Order: sequence, then C-alpha cells, then structure tokens
Amino acid sequence: MATVTAGAKPATRRGASGGARRREALAGYAFALPFLLLFLVFTVGPVLASLGMSFTDLRSADISNPLAVEGVGLENYTKLMNDDSFQQAGINTAYFVLLGVPLTIVLALAVAVGLNSGITRFKTFFRVGYYLPVVTSIVAIAVVWRFLLEPTSGLVNTVLGYVGIDGPAWLESTTWAMPSLIVMSAWRNMGTLVIIFLAGLQTVPAEMHEAAAIDGAGAWGRFRHITLPMLRPTLLFGAVITGIGYLQFFEEPFVMTQGGPLDKTLSVAYYAYNQFGFGNYSYAAAMSYVLFVVIAVVTFLQFKWLGEKD
Amino acid sequence: MTTQTRDAAQAAATTQGPRRSTRARRAAAGEPHAQPWIYAVLGAGLVLLVGPFIWMLLGSFRPNRELQEVPPSWLPESPTLDNYRQLFDVLDFPTFFFNSAVVATAITLGNLVFCSMLGYALAKLRFPGKRAIFALVLGTLMVPGVVTFVPLFVLVSNLGMANSFPGLIFPFLAGPFGVFLMRQFILGLPDELIQAARVDGASEFRIFASIIMPLCKPVLATLGILTFLTSWNQFLWPLVVAQSEDKYTLPVALAIYSIGERRADYGLLMAGSVVVVVPVLLVFLALQKHFVRGIAMTGIK
Repeated sequence: MATVTAGAKPATRRGASGGARRREALAGYAFALPFLLLFLVFTVGPVLASLGMSFTDLRSADISNPLAVEGVGLENYTKLMNDDSFQQAGINTAYFVLLGVPLTIVLALAVAVGLNSGITRFKTFFRVGYYLPVVTSIVAIAVVWRFLLEPTSGLVNTVLGYVGIDGPAWLESTTWAMPSLIVMSAWRNMGTLVIIFLAGLQTVPAEMHEAAAIDGAGAWGRFRHITLPMLRPTLLFGAVITGIGYLQFFEEPFVMTQGGPLDKTLSVAYYAYNQFGFGNYSYAAAMSYVLFVVIAVVTFLQFKWLGEKD
Repeated sequence: MTTQTRDAAQAAATTQGPRRSTRARRAAAGEPHAQPWIYAVLGAGLVLLVGPFIWMLLGSFRPNRELQEVPPSWLPESPTLDNYRQLFDVLDFPTFFFNSAVVATAITLGNLVFCSMLGYALAKLRFPGKRAIFALVLGTLMVPGVVTFVPLFVLVSNLGMANSFPGLIFPFLAGPFGVFLMRQFILGLPDELIQAARVDGASEFRIFASIIMPLCKPVLATLGILTFLTSWNQFLWPLVVAQSEDKYTLPVALAIYSIGERRADYGLLMAGSVVVVVPVLLVFLALQKHFVRGIAMTGIK
C-alpha cells in the first residue's frame, strides 16, 4: 500500500488549491492543540526542568531552600564517567536489551499470528491468558519466579534434573542471574506486544492472502512477503516501545535480585532510582539523561532500519 | 469475514481450475481454520503464562504460614477467607476503589480523545511543524519516568493541585505513548478514504469522527486497556501527590498497609493483588472483543 499511496500523493497535491492546503494545515493544528497544551505544561516543562537540574548540585535538602542550589556545569556528568557502578550498570543494561528485545518481539509476534490464524474455540480464553502476566502484580510474580528458580527444590532445576542436568543457582549466579531476568521480562511483557500486534494484523487485507494463496504461496511465504511488510508500522512501534521500556528496566531486578549478585543485574534506571532515594537528585538526573541519549540513539537507529518511507 | 468476500474468493478459486485442494480454497477464502498444532502450541504457552496468576489466586485463600512452606504446594490445605476479611476490615475499600476508578477512567478517556486527535493529524494531515511535534512527543517518551517527578511535583503544588484529583490526573491526561500508537496505526489506513470524503465535501472533523475513528476501534481498545492498566497500577506518583488518606488510590493504600509489620504477610499481599487485578481484568474482558474487529478494509487497496 505504501507504494500506491506514495504514487498517488503528488497528483493530489498538485491538484489541490492553496485554500485546501491551508484548510488541511489549520485542521492539523486544531487537532494538535488540546494535546499540546496539556503536554507542554505537564510533560515538556518538567522534562526541561529536570534537564536543568542535572547541571546543578540539587539535593533533597535543597527543595525547601532553592537559593542554596548552584550550577555546577558538567560536574555530575564527569563524575558519572568515573563511577564504576554506573559503568557496570551500563553494560548490564546493554546485555539485557540486546537479548531481551528480540526475544520478546519474536515470541509476541508468533503468539499474535497464532491467535490470528483462525482460532475459533477458546478465543477469549487465549487472549486473556496471554495478557494475564501483564496485569499480575510484580510482587506476586516475584514470589512465583523465585520459587521456580529456587536452586534445589525449584521447578526449573527439578525438570532439568530429569534429563541429567545439574541446574545452577540461577539468581545467585553472576553468569545466570541476568539471563533469568531476561526470560522473566519476556514472559511478563510479551502480552502487551501481543495485543498491539493483534491490532496491527487486522490491517492486513485478507484479499492479499487470498490472492497469494491462489498463486500457490505457502504460509511462511505469505507471512514473509505480505504480513511482515504490511505490519511494519506496528512492528516499528513494538520495537521502539520495547526498546525504550527495556532500556529503562528496573522492576525485575528490584524485586528479584536487588541488583546483585555483585551488581551483575544493576540497571542504569535502578541505579538512578537508588540515587534519588539517597536524595542525590541532580546526580540521578544526570544519570537519567545519559540513559536518555542512549535511548534516543537506539530509537533513531530503529527508525532507520525498520523505518518508514515517509 | 463477510460472506460476499468468501463467495468472491471461492469463485476466483474455482475459475482457477478444479485441482485446487480444499485447504488452498479455505486459505483463499481468508478463513484458514486453525490447525490442531496451533492450539497445542498456544495451549502449552498458556500454561506457562497463567501458572503464576493461578498461584496468586490460590495463595490469597491460604493462611500465611502455609505460604511460607518450602517447597510450596499448589493447593491450599486449609482454605480461608481471612486474608480478604482482614483486608476489608482494616482498609477503607470503597474510598480507595472510588479514587482509583476516577483517576484511571479520567486518564484513559483523556488519552483516547487527545492522542487519537494528534495521532491522526501526525499520520494524515500536512502542516508545518508536524515532524517537530512528533520528535518532541517521541523525545519525552524516552525520558526515564522518575526524573521528572521532582519538578512535576513543584509545578503541581504551585498550581494548587497537590492532594487533589486534578493533581493525580492532569500530568497523565495527554501521554506520548498514545500519540505514537495512534499515529502508527492510522498510517496504515488508506489515504483514499480521506480524499474521497473531502471530495464529497465532508469537514475535517467529520472525516476524523465518522470515518477514521470507527476504523480505529481495535487500536482504541488496545490504547484504552494499556492506559487504564498503567494508571490503575500507578504507584510512585500517587504516593507523592496524595498526602491524605482520603485521596489514596488502591495500590498506594495496599503498599502503605503492607509495609512495616505486615511486610511478610504474603497471604494478605496475594489477596490485595487479586483485588487490584480484578477491575483491570474486567476492563480487558469488555474491550478485548474489539481487538480483531472493526476494520473493514476489504475492497480498498
């Protein structure tokens, strides 16, 4: 469809009068205005203020006495570069994202396509089931997963024992703690992507599949050459949202490992959260903005690779 | 799938010649009946996904000492309603429930309206500054949440909204996530619909309200659920803003109650988690049927 639209546009634009174009632009601003008013006041304002905060020495004690706050330029940022825990957190976050994002997307896409493949019986049951982990409280999830991963009596190691594998102490191992959290996050977050992909799959016209099936295309061929290209805007959305969410990952180590063992599951967002807790507002803000720059670069690359011909 | 489409496709399939297999014809009709193995795989996956939830549900009906046994068992040995009774005795549930419902509903409705409007404009209308607006929206989506809480709280206090519903609602009424979601979805809708409506003399608002929005039902359902879930479970911000008990939301009340001496009372925690989850599940059940309906794109390419 993208190519068809691209071909059709210039013709209409040439045909449209200046008045029609002005009308369209006015409508655009009218549609944007209500959102932008709220957004500028309650989101953009605080974001800019927090960015400013990262160049000061603001601590919790200064909130009641803002005059004591001084600008310190890039001091917070240079301090970060020499902070070993921060570097470890950066490496951990990269590890988590590089494995976690593709795993979650592939699983969610497979489930969404499965749910969309003409399932008639238990339809609601399946949809609700796959979404349950998203709604279940993280506290309950943590309790269950700690039980699953328990070294001696846990379900995972019990099953591994049947095939003669001596499973590790997952959450206490510097090697296995992070992979455990990656699998758990994919488990917990794929439901959101499933319903997003499911919505996107509805935009793939059935006729295209029909035509291709008549021409003898197999299921895999149709998936690759029809579904995937048509789903690209939704896939891009899923990849970007998951990338952003995972780069800020925090809850899983918070409830499962408290960042351990030996800082091996400490994420950047978790470290920043700790610094906020200690009242080091400006240092935590600087940390958050380093993370922000990384997220922006990653998102930019995703747009470039999965991108739109807009 | 409408019957016309099926007939048309079947007609097309038959004209191709009789050697087409039943399966090919069925696939051609756009109704590939799910193979048994798809049910098997989806079912196996479901067990892994639902297990922990069932455990939470069962856990809420067992006394705390039973939950601390190693190894834990699945079924309650001595089922009890004590956890729920205790929860409802100690906490002012109607108030917290009402607060949560007001906040989550207002935020959800706000996002549905504001985000679909801007999302549509960004996807289909041409106006100067469009790219800058989209970049700004995406940009704020990337800022780690907690970092803005300090300035946001100063702002909300200065506006006199601390410890009030507006203070709980306004900061999240227009979120970047919804704009991004709506824009990506609307991009996939055909431009020809809008052009045809313009030729027919429909106003821009009319095009949005009676052509685009009905086609957006699946994505609106998705956005509705995701927003409702996020705002319902939101914890850190209400904890900061709601200073008196009559403004607590459910998660805040539960968390405050469950820290301190109640910290290790897992039975109570499970019961609390169940109570928090039920309304979200109901919203999900109400909206999920729209996920795969509402798009009548047949005939437009």
